[in-house]
Amino acid sequence: MAEKLKVALHWLASCGGCEVAVVDVDEKILDVVALMDILFWPVALDGKYSDIKAMEDNFLDIAIINGGVRTTEQEEHAKLFRDKAKVVVSFGSCACTGGVPGLANCTTKEAILQTAYHDTVSTSNEAGTRPQPKWDDEVTGETMTLPTLYEEVKPLDQVIDVDYYLPGCPPSEARILDLVGVAANFAETGELPPKGAIIAAEKSVCDECEREKGEKNITEIKRPHSFDADREQCLLEQGIICLGPATRGGCGAPCMDANMPCRGCQGKPEQVDDQGLKMLSALASIMGVENEEERSFEEVEEMIDQVVDPLGTFYRFNLPVAIINKTQAKTEVK
Amino acid sequence: MSPDNFEPNIVAFVCNWCTYIAADTAGVSRAKYAPNVKLIRTMCSGRVDPQFVLTALQKGADGVLVCGCHPGDCHYKEGNYKALRRHTLLKKMLGQLGVEDQRVRLEWISASEPEKFKEVANEITEQIRQLGPFQNNGGE
Repeated sequence: MAEKLKVALHWLASCGGCEVAVVDVDEKILDVVALMDILFWPVALDGKYSDIKAMEDNFLDIAIINGGVRTTEQEEHAKLFRDKAKVVVSFGSCACTGGVPGLANCTTKEAILQTAYHDTVSTSNEAGTRPQPKWDDEVTGETMTLPTLYEEVKPLDQVIDVDYYLPGCPPSEARILDLVGVAANFAETGELPPKGAIIAAEKSVCDECEREKGEKNITEIKRPHSFDADREQCLLEQGIICLGPATRGGCGAPCMDANMPCRGCQGKPEQVDDQGLKMLSALASIMGVENEEERSFEEVEEMIDQVVDPLGTFYRFNLPVAIINKTQAKTEVK
Repeated sequence: MSPDNFEPNIVAFVCNWCTYIAADTAGVSRAKYAPNVKLIRTMCSGRVDPQFVLTALQKGADGVLVCGCHPGDCHYKEGNYKALRRHTLLKKMLGQLGVEDQRVRLEWISASEPEKFKEVANEITEQIRQLGPFQNNGGE
């Protein structure tokens, strides 16, 4: 057996679900431990950033990073691990495409701070205090600093060079084991897949979904909790917005197995530029196909209006990589 | 660029069977309309993917016009109905992204309506001139 790989796992703007997904490989975690020495993993091990900083460049073999970048601290960490690791893997939807936190790009930093520190019902902040990124302490004479929020959320590859992508919220067990396989092969032969490879399928989720698919024509949009959806028929045909047609497969379509629609966490398929727009286009095409020539503008508008939140629905995981990826609203600068 | 000499850049996706002919007729009959509108001929308004519209905005357009045949006149029977539904949903989403309503517009202009093409081209140019440059292109 070749020498063990030196690996670090780190989290940026993420929820911790990706870490759970890693542990969720059950007993196969033993294969992982046999293959790698995990030197840094904040969620599971005690470690210090100073230890990482003390390493020589390229000391680590693989850095597996989940979460996007939205603070100065996260950018610093991302760059640190890029310097110290030979291979950087973007792990999970947030690191690959911004993820759910990426929806913050539909508003501004100022609006977010205003809501969080002043406007919510549960906020009690009569003095109007905001976090102070820099504080000169009069008693000790020291200057203390805090990381600050960026105007927008960025996926990892908008900040550092990324070698491989493993999308999913969280990535499926099978694809995580694929990554372990890639690592095992690297340890043994020193060979790696082509740079930029996405550890998932090329085709869409529909290709993996076993439901029966027929002609699509819907007039009513339904939500999954509002009725008992048929388990055999395509969910889109039943009026549930399912992002399968515009989403990269490789997950094995587990959501549809559980009678829930695809929400698009695996990002865009190979041939698509913008996942949200492609799904928008697909949904609009199949809505009200029957008797379309008899519908007035107002009726079309009323039908389309059933899609309550198009931005949040079509860009749930990928707004930061969309063609127009942040709000264009003109905001007053204070 | 100061607001005074701002010349809007407008991309128009026009259907081969109607608006393109209308624009051609407008040109042949020497009708004067705003030179800001740049035509891209497509086979049908139903061919205009929302990705085209936003790519135009991202790559420097300040406004986008999508033109197709009147309802019932589509060369492919139903392309313009699809275009209308996509446009309606896209506009709703663009509103959420803070893109002004007038920046993206859908119009039905038949081959026999060069006058209407001229009016629409002039109108959207004036509207976008009032709005100013699209923010993504360095506007404010």
